[in-house]
Amino acid sequence: MDTTRLIIVAVGGQGNLLASSVLGEAALLSGISLNMSEIHGMAQRGGVVESSLVFGGARSPIIADGEADVLVGFEPAETLRALGRCNQNTVVITSLAPLMPFTVNIGQGVYPDLDELQAQIRDRTARLIAFNAATLARKSGNVLSVNMVLLGALAQTDILPFSADTIKEAMKRKTKKAFLESNLNAFDLGYQAAAGN
Amino acid sequence: MLLLGNEAIARGAIEAGVAFASTYPGTPSSEISLNLFQMSHESDLYFEYSTNEKVSIEVAAAAAKSGVRSMCMMKHVGLNVAADPLITLAYIGVKAGMVVITADDPFMFSSQNEQDNRYYAKLAGIPLVEPSSTQEAKDLIGYAFELSEKLNEPVIFRTTTRINHSSGIVELGPITPPVTRGDFTKDPLNLVPVPVVARKLHVKLLKNLETGRELAEKSEYNFTRGDGPWGIICNGVSYNYVDDAVRELGIEDKTTVLRLGFSYPLPEDLIKGFLEKCEKVLVVEEGEPFLEEATKAFAHEASLSIPVNGKTGDLFSRLYEYNPALVRKCIAQYFGLPYTEIKATDVSGIPDIPQRPPTLCAGCSHRATFYAVKKAAEGMETIYPSDIGCYTLGLLPPLSTADFLVCMGSSAGTACGFAQVTDKKVIAFIGDSTFFHSGIPGLVNAVFNSHNYTLVILDNGTTAMTGHQPHPGVDMTKLNLDGYGRIAIEPVVRALGIQHVTTIKPYKVKKSIEAIREAILYDGVSVVISEEICALYSKAIKEKQRRPFYVSDKCKDHKNCLMELACPAFYVWEDRVKIDPNMCTGCAVCAQVCPENAILPVKKETAAAK
Ligand code: SF4
Repeated sequence: MDTTRLIIVAVGGQGNLLASSVLGEAALLSGISLNMSEIHGMAQRGGVVESSLVFGGARSPIIADGEADVLVGFEPAETLRALGRCNQNTVVITSLAPLMPFTVNIGQGVYPDLDELQAQIRDRTARLIAFNAATLARKSGNVLSVNMVLLGALAQTDILPFSADTIKEAMKRKTKKAFLESNLNAFDLGYQAAAGN
Repeated sequence: MLLLGNEAIARGAIEAGVAFASTYPGTPSSEISLNLFQMSHESDLYFEYSTNEKVSIEVAAAAAKSGVRSMCMMKHVGLNVAADPLITLAYIGVKAGMVVITADDPFMFSSQNEQDNRYYAKLAGIPLVEPSSTQEAKDLIGYAFELSEKLNEPVIFRTTTRINHSSGIVELGPITPPVTRGDFTKDPLNLVPVPVVARKLHVKLLKNLETGRELAEKSEYNFTRGDGPWGIICNGVSYNYVDDAVRELGIEDKTTVLRLGFSYPLPEDLIKGFLEKCEKVLVVEEGEPFLEEATKAFAHEASLSIPVNGKTGDLFSRLYEYNPALVRKCIAQYFGLPYTEIKATDVSGIPDIPQRPPTLCAGCSHRATFYAVKKAAEGMETIYPSDIGCYTLGLLPPLSTADFLVCMGSSAGTACGFAQVTDKKVIAFIGDSTFFHSGIPGLVNAVFNSHNYTLVILDNGTTAMTGHQPHPGVDMTKLNLDGYGRIAIEPVVRALGIQHVTTIKPYKVKKSIEAIREAILYDGVSVVISEEICALYSKAIKEKQRRPFYVSDKCKDHKNCLMELACPAFYVWEDRVKIDPNMCTGCAVCAQVCPENAILPVKKETAAAK
């Protein structure tokens, strides 16, 4: 079976690990083998969290530079930082809502310009889907659902070996009941945003 | 079911009927203990957070010697602390199975070194097993217990971060009911290793090793795949990269892969037999050339002149972790296959991206203490030996309060040396959990040898860094758990004979600065205990939270708050400092730092509307 390699990058607290576990559940539901690996460099202390998900036949749980088929970034600067994991055929999905690294606030470094950032990514990869996931999360009724918005966008690309409905079924099993409705909303908003992007 | 490697290990332990587990927390091993701790509340499993890794091995060894299956888990450097009991325990042996898990951390995702703990197996003469996948992480635990009982020796179970923190689909097996009570039979002439006993025990250990080798020869965890003249030997996570690479390079019919999952004592005959069938051999193992050196020696002994390589020349490195592309490239290069690398995106010309290092949480009490210490020491030349915990994050500016660090507990010891040979003011930092772990001996030393420094004990009521595990100073009733003792730090420090001991509340900035100043001006050993619960932990256990603060229009834009405290709740918006009310914990330290008194608590009504 073909292997699909997905990298998700986020800042601690953005719900990356929940997004991965939803995708893991979706793989399980569709009988697709999966190896997944997480690096949470002190996630709760504002560091970067990275998950690698390898669907299909491969044994390796990690993805080398240049080998991601899809990169999903929950934060624009982190998406750009992970660009080395992509190649010219990679599809990149990113939120455009910045989370300022603290270093910028105290004058160490400048946050990249968002238009330039998108141009840089677009130039070097197959497709860029970029929108403000935080706005859509707010619209869905749950500001914390940025992760579900981006899962919706990911489902729209049809790159993963299972359908949007399977992901929704996995969301039912893996996310809290109280948030399910807003999460499903968020997912649909992300799906539509990607379709029009 | 989809399990994290560490969850699979915990499950494996339960399936193996483990009845006794002990640990000192350390990433990447922590989730194993977290799971077992929870299970212990609902089952007969005995679980403890021990004071340190050495103690955790000692308690588990006694349980195993009394016939109760026991398991100990720790991060790789933890085994350094535990090495003393472990190595002699190999002489003495166990009765019921005992498995010691060491979680190595190639690339040092969350560690101070990337030592390869397979050498401990060789050093101690203890069998070693290493899983390659999540499923194996579970299954191999049961195997390790059986092995331990066959040999009456503890077994080292070695993982790397990519095993601990990877998830895969795992098929569960049945649970074995644990045997929780044991008995101990006196037998001092075999159990008390005075020299004449130890000489005898070493002979027994060597015999055990030989039996272990025979078992390794036949172990189902040492297997080959394929049947070609190119040999590849690998272990642990590398096996996955090798297996993928062989398939992707289309060389299944040319290669034989030998995967070693029971890798000490090495199956000498198996390896020699394998070498005889190969024209050329590549060893793929992260870390040190443990298998490579042994394989070369076996080839030599068997008078085989085939090339064996791994980490020499421009092949693999001893540094960091491997990845599928690297392994594919080295295999292609070594066996002379045409190979074009997948071209990664060229990232030259991409603007510099600001770093995002982990920082102390908003409202972290360590930040308050660091600020007070820096104010108290203003104008003095200082050295800040630090220790292992969240507070190590104080190393970055603007706090800059970590100048030297070696290992757990080293602040209290290294401070002695700095104080002795320099003329600078030495102020050392240590957390509460680390203090109990191994800080006390350093402080005892300071008193006995009359060193002149200040030890600041950052008592935040938990082991924060690894995910808020308890330690001997923690009030367990807060967690609704009874049956625990509690050791207060201040009486311990006073009992050591330290004359100048003060306890501060770090959110009271002015008072704290004064108290710390007195302590550092004191001639001799002084201790400041800074008491305030970890902000993140306080939220996690649902303590009542304070009201957040905001920056009012009295602000004259000095930015002292931002530049001196660097609390992540601050942000700059249209060149003005703001506070994110969702992050602010209301510690009020910035409000006391602001020269204009411009930072004020959010009023009740607005706070409620948030
Ligand atoms: S977890 Fe606790 S001790 Fe660690 S940085 Fe956060 S508030 Fe501070």
